[in-house]
Amino acid sequence: MKQRLDEDTMAMRVAKELKDGDCANLGFGLPTLCALYVPEGIRFEAEAGILGYGPLVQANEVEKADWHYIDASGRFTRPAPGMACFDVIDSFIMIRSGRLISIMGGFQVSEKGDLANWNTGSGMLGGTIGGAMDLAVGAKRVIIMMQHTTKDGKPKIVKKCTYPLTAKESVDLVVTDLAVIEVTKKGLVLKETAPGWTAKEIQTLTEARLIISKDLKEIEL
Amino acid sequence: MINKVFSSFDEAVADIPNGASIAIECWGYPATPQNLIAALKRKGTKKLTVITHTFIPMVWPEEDAILPSALLPQMKKLITSIAGIMGLGAGAFLQEYVEKGLVVEIVGHGTLAARLYAGAAGLGGIYDPIGIGTLLEEGKEKRVIKGKEYLFQEPIKPDYAFITAHRADKLGNLVFKGGYRGDQPMMAMAAKTTIVEADKIVEVGEIEPEHVVTPGAFVDRIVEIPKDGYGTPEKGAKLIELLTQIGSVRDLLFGKVVQK
Repeated sequence: MKQRLDEDTMAMRVAKELKDGDCANLGFGLPTLCALYVPEGIRFEAEAGILGYGPLVQANEVEKADWHYIDASGRFTRPAPGMACFDVIDSFIMIRSGRLISIMGGFQVSEKGDLANWNTGSGMLGGTIGGAMDLAVGAKRVIIMMQHTTKDGKPKIVKKCTYPLTAKESVDLVVTDLAVIEVTKKGLVLKETAPGWTAKEIQTLTEARLIISKDLKEIEL
Repeated sequence: MINKVFSSFDEAVADIPNGASIAIECWGYPATPQNLIAALKRKGTKKLTVITHTFIPMVWPEEDAILPSALLPQMKKLITSIAGIMGLGAGAFLQEYVEKGLVVEIVGHGTLAARLYAGAAGLGGIYDPIGIGTLLEEGKEKRVIKGKEYLFQEPIKPDYAFITAHRADKLGNLVFKGGYRGDQPMMAMAAKTTIVEADKIVEVGEIEPEHVVTPGAFVDRIVEIPKDGYGTPEKGAKLIELLTQIGSVRDLLFGKVVQK
């Protein structure tokens, strides 16, 4: 079987989308890994009202954990020079006014860039919204980082989301363990493939139709 | 000078009637006014409406930390943006209460904050682009403004707000630490009565005027957290110790160990 990208490699590829001076919000799960691989000068935001927190407290330094400094996923982080603390109104204005890049996980992304990432369809009590809807609608750029298929091999990039939506037509870029796909007005453009994978192979694992970019290349880090 | 300092949490919540609505800060565990929640639980007030950002079950003994979910048997309505988390069985812990009549209103976090702001500012509501095309549209008025769709969201004006602050002076001026500020300034402004538990109560003048986050005009009652109270650094450390013993929770709380 061909190899898919591991989670860290996906995070390294997503991290390439950020540049010095960007402010980003890393969603629950996979996206938090990106913090390990970003270049200098990126500041991360947590919805509770922190911009520019320091590196996550790791599992082998539990004694450094302080409940006052929690990231957007509820992980222990730490103060850093230049960090700013503010309230949730400021926080969501930062999010909704296009000042942040949002990197989130996803259950499904549709060919129009609809996003489903808060609820797997088990009713209103089956999921958690938190700031996901605000981030999907308001962020400067919405990058979804997820596995290309579900655990049982079903496509997550679909014609139409079957799970409840987080937001309509909101995704800009999808980075999976197989591909980098840009959402455009014409549809989903396959821009990069995991090493050794062909566009045709990726299309068979994708329900939505992919437009093959003229500059299609292998994912580089 | 009017005395806002109360000597006990029980005294500070004594007048809360059955049917009251209460905004309670909670971000998982951090920034939770735990001592006030515990006092309200002791008092046994019924038919509460709880407004909080995060509503999750407690997977630790109640003596170590307490969350708004401790009030579940006393509640008739919950307004929240997080009803359970995936790693801990999502909303399953609410099911038995929903069957007994608990009403759960799910709202995005930014919308919740804006609705509190609207309540505080006396606005009749807000037109919000968040939720368009989602389940949250249900039952909401939709309006197109300059070609863009919005949902009407009502203001939230709670009877009480439970706040946890780092420092409070005797006039009720508040300072928050780190990420604990959260929704609390809006909750304090929106509520008819704001009750604060503070790590420390200081004399008037000890907080630099420019450092005040929530001015005392929004604060009615203050109680200092005692050494054996909830939310002390010792209790926080104990909770971390308990949580790190649960593998799935430990992975949620800590960063991956990076091999240099």
